[in-house]
Amino acid sequence: MAFARSRHIHAAEVAAMKRTLPIIIVLLAIVLVWYAAAIGMNAQWQNDVYRRADITNVPATQFILDTWNQEKPVLPTAHQVFGELWNATVLVAPNKPRSLLFHAWVTFSATALGFVMGSLLGIALAVMIVHSEAMNRSLMPWIVASQTIPILALAPLIVVIGFNIFTGTMGIPTDPARLMSKAIISAYLSFFPVAVGMVKGLRSPEAIQLDLMHTYSASANQTFWKLRWPAAMPYLFASLKVGVAASLVGAIVGELPTGAVAGLGARLLAGSYYSQTIQIWAALVAASILAALLVIAVGLVEKLVNRAMGARPA
Amino acid sequence: MRGLNAVVSAQNLGLTFKTNDGDVVALSNVNLSINKGEFVSFIGPSGCGKTTFLRTIADLERPTSGSLTINGQTPEQARKDRAYGYVFQAPALYPWRTIEKNVALPLEIMGYSASQQAERIRRTLDLVNLSGFEKKYPWQLSGGMQQRASIARALAFDADLLLMDEPFGALDEIVRDHLNSELLKLWAATGKTICFVTHSIPEAVYLSTKIVVMSPRPGRVTDVIESDLPRERPLDIRETPEFLAIAARVRDGLRAGHSYEEVA
Amino acid sequence: MNQLQFFLALVSGGVSAAALALSLFTPLESALLLKIFLALGTLSLVRFLVPLGLWFDGGLAVLGAVAVLLSIGVFTPSPSFLWMALVAAWLFAWLFVERLSKTLAPGLSDNAGLGLLIPIMFGVSILVIWEVVTRAGNVPQVILPPPSMIWGRITASVPTLWADFQQTFLKAVLIGYLLGCGLGFVVAILIDRSPFLKSGLLPLGNFVSALPIVGVAPIMVMWFGFDWPSKAAVVVIMTFFPMLVNTVAGLNAASSIERDLMRTYAASYWQTLLKLRLPAAGPFIFNALKINSTLALIGAIVAEFFGTPIVGMGFRISTEVGRMNVDMVWAEIAVAAVAGSVFYGVIVLIERGVTFWHPSVRGA
Repeated sequence: MAFARSRHIHAAEVAAMKRTLPIIIVLLAIVLVWYAAAIGMNAQWQNDVYRRADITNVPATQFILDTWNQEKPVLPTAHQVFGELWNATVLVAPNKPRSLLFHAWVTFSATALGFVMGSLLGIALAVMIVHSEAMNRSLMPWIVASQTIPILALAPLIVVIGFNIFTGTMGIPTDPARLMSKAIISAYLSFFPVAVGMVKGLRSPEAIQLDLMHTYSASANQTFWKLRWPAAMPYLFASLKVGVAASLVGAIVGELPTGAVAGLGARLLAGSYYSQTIQIWAALVAASILAALLVIAVGLVEKLVNRAMGARPA
Repeated sequence: MRGLNAVVSAQNLGLTFKTNDGDVVALSNVNLSINKGEFVSFIGPSGCGKTTFLRTIADLERPTSGSLTINGQTPEQARKDRAYGYVFQAPALYPWRTIEKNVALPLEIMGYSASQQAERIRRTLDLVNLSGFEKKYPWQLSGGMQQRASIARALAFDADLLLMDEPFGALDEIVRDHLNSELLKLWAATGKTICFVTHSIPEAVYLSTKIVVMSPRPGRVTDVIESDLPRERPLDIRETPEFLAIAARVRDGLRAGHSYEEVA
Repeated sequence: MNQLQFFLALVSGGVSAAALALSLFTPLESALLLKIFLALGTLSLVRFLVPLGLWFDGGLAVLGAVAVLLSIGVFTPSPSFLWMALVAAWLFAWLFVERLSKTLAPGLSDNAGLGLLIPIMFGVSILVIWEVVTRAGNVPQVILPPPSMIWGRITASVPTLWADFQQTFLKAVLIGYLLGCGLGFVVAILIDRSPFLKSGLLPLGNFVSALPIVGVAPIMVMWFGFDWPSKAAVVVIMTFFPMLVNTVAGLNAASSIERDLMRTYAASYWQTLLKLRLPAAGPFIFNALKINSTLALIGAIVAEFFGTPIVGMGFRISTEVGRMNVDMVWAEIAVAAVAGSVFYGVIVLIERGVTFWHPSVRGA
C-alpha cells in the first residue's frame, strides 16, 4: 500500500516535470532572444553615446553591458524591468504616486467594480433571454453583432462624458467619478462574454433532462434552480475568466484619454510621453501580473463553488 | 497448413500494452495462417484482442513478441506496399469530400492518374451499389450507405487483402443482413482475402470459410473452425442444420474460453 | 393571450387613452397625427371584446413612432402626453414582438424574413427612443447627440471619415491582421511537428490571451514610429496568439480513426496534413479569424490613442472628444461598427463556403 502510494506520487511528480520543463526551456529561450535583441536594438544609441563622449575602442563585453543598462533603452532588458518593478513596489510606500502598487490598485478597483456590474448585468440578461422568446429574438442578434464592434473605441467618450455627468450633474467628487466612468467601460466589456456564455450554459441541459423535470411537473423556477443554474456553472466561470480579462483591458484603456494621473494605463501613457521605456515595460508587466491574478482568483472561486456543489474534482 | 499461398502468417505472436495501471496482455501466443481467397472471421467478447490482431496485421500496432508476415513481408513493408484495404468500425468518410472524392482519397495519395481514378471510382462504386451518389456528401447518406462507401474506398486501389473491423456493428439488423449478402457477392466477384472482425455469431458463420474464436485475458485463439458451407449462400442458409451446427460449435468455443461474469 | 400579453395590451391602451385625454387640451390641428395614433391606441382596447391581429399592433407601433418623431418641437417644452405616446408606441412594439415570436416559435426556420423583423424592430426602437429622448428632452449634445445629427455629421464629413478609415482599417488593421494570422498559422504548422515546442508554447499562448496586450501600443509606437506600421505591429501581436492556439488545437481535431486510415495508405506527413488535418482544422482556424477580426480593429484604434499622424479613427476619436465634438466621435464609432460587422460578416461568409460540411454550418 505504502509502496503503491509513493509510486503514484512519483508518477505525478514526473508528469508535472514533463509539463513544466518545456515551458521553462521556452521561457529561457525567450529571455536569451530578449537579451540578444537588446544588444542589437540599443547598439545605435550606445554608439552615439560613445561618439559624443569621444570614447573609442570599447571592449565588446563593456559594450554589451552598456547596451543592457541604458537609461532610456529602445528595448529594456529583463533585469531593468524587474528592477524597476522592485523599486516601484517594495522600495516605495504603497500610497505614493511613485508606487506601482498604488497605480495597480487604482486600475484594480475600476476593474473589479466594472467586472461585478458587468457580470451581474450579463447574468440577468441571460436569464431573461432564456425565459422569453421575444427577448431572445430581439436581443441575441444584437448581442452577437455587438461583439464584432470595436467597443473600446467608445472608451474615451464614456470616460469624458461620464466623468462630466458624474461630477457636474450629480455632484460626485472627482475620484469616485473617475472610478465610476472607468468601471462603466469595464462593465461594458465584461458584460458581453458573460451574457453569451451564460445563455449557452442555461441552455446546456439536454432535452431528456428537461423532459425529466417536465414529468415531475416542476415549475419554471424549480427547473431553473435545480437544473439550468447548476448546469450553467462551468459556462459561467469560463466566461467570467474571459470577462475579467476584458474588464482589465477596459479599465486600462479608460485611463488613457482622461489625462488621468493614476492607474496602470496612465502610467503607460506617461511613459510613452517621456520615452520612459523601462517605466512602460514595468507597467505592462504589472498589468500582466494583475491579469493573471484576476484570472486565478476567478479560478479559485470556481473551485470553491465546485466543491460546494459536490462536483467531482477535475 | 502454411503453404506458399499464405497471405497472413502469425507465429507465437504476442502484444503487451504498457499502461499507467500496469501491463495489459492484448495478444498472447497467437498462431494462425490465412490463405489466399479465404474469408476469415474473428469472433470473441470485448477485450479478446480480435481488433488488436487486425490492427497488428495493418501495422497500426507493433507486436512485442513472435513473428507476423503479410505476403511474406513485415507488416510495415506490406503497409508501404499498400497490400491491404482497411474498413473501420465507423465509416470515417471525410465530411468535406463528396463520396467520389472520398473513394479517390487513397488513389490521390498513391499517385494514380486522373483517368485511372475516374475509372476505379466508377467501378468500385458500382461494386457496392452506390452509382448515382458520386456527388453526395457523406452526411447526406444513411449509415449503411456510408459504410458501403467506405468499403468502396478500401477496394479502390485493388489490394488483395481486405481487413474489416466490425464494419456493420453500428447498423441495424435489417441493413446488416442486406450488407452481409452484398459482401459475399463482392467477395465472390473479386476473389479477395478478407479478415472480418465481429461479435455476432450468425454473421461470422454466414460469411466465413474459417472462423477464429478468441478469448480475453490474455487475448488468445481458442478455436479455429473450418466451415464446410457452400460458397454460394442465400440468406435462408441460416436455418439449415449445417449452419446451426457450426454456430453451436462457435458458441461452445466462446463459452469454453471465457466466463461471462467477468465482463466489465 | 398570456399574462404578459394581457398586461401589455391593457397598459398600452390605457396609456394611449390617458395621453389622448391630456392632448385634447391643445388645439386639434397641432400634432394631429399624434392624436390619431393615440385615438387608435385607445381603440385597441376593444381587443378584449374582439380579437385584433398582431399586425394591428405592429402598424400602431410604426404609426406611433412616426407620429412622435414628427411632433417633437410642436410644443415647448415637450408635453407629458408626448412622452406617454412614446411609451405607448414602445409597448405596442413590445406586444407585437411578443405575439410574433409566439407564432414563430413552432416553425423556426420557415419564416426567416419574419424572424429578422424582430431584431430590426428592436434596433429601430432603440434609435427612435434615442432620437425622441435627446431631442424632446433637450439632452445637451455634448452628452448624447440624436442619431439624426450623427447621420448628418457622417454625410457631411465623408472625406475625413474615409481618410481615417483608410489609415486605420485599410492599412493598420488589414495588413496587421493578415500578417498576424499568417504568422500564427505558419508557426502553428512549424511547432506541430515538435511535441516539445507545442507543450512549451501552448500554455504561454493561452496565458498571453488573458493579458492586456493593447498595452504594448506605446512600445510599438516608439519602435515603428507614429504612422500605421506601429498600429499594424500591435495588431500582429494581438492576432498572433489566438491564431497559434486555435490552429494547434485544430490540427489535433482529426479523429484517431481518420488518422489510422491515412496510416493504412502509408500517406506521408504532408499528405496527411493537406488532405486530413488542415481541412479538419478549418472550423478552429475560422474561429480564430473571427475572434481576430474584432481584436484587430480594437488594437489599431487603441494604439492610435498613443500617438498618430493627424489622421486615423482612434486619433479622431480622442481629439474630438477633447474638443467636445461628440457628434464626430459618434460618426467615427458608427463607421468602426459598420467596418467591424462587415469584416466579421465577410469572414463568416467565407467560413460557410469552406467549412460547409461542419455540423455547426449545415445546421445539423
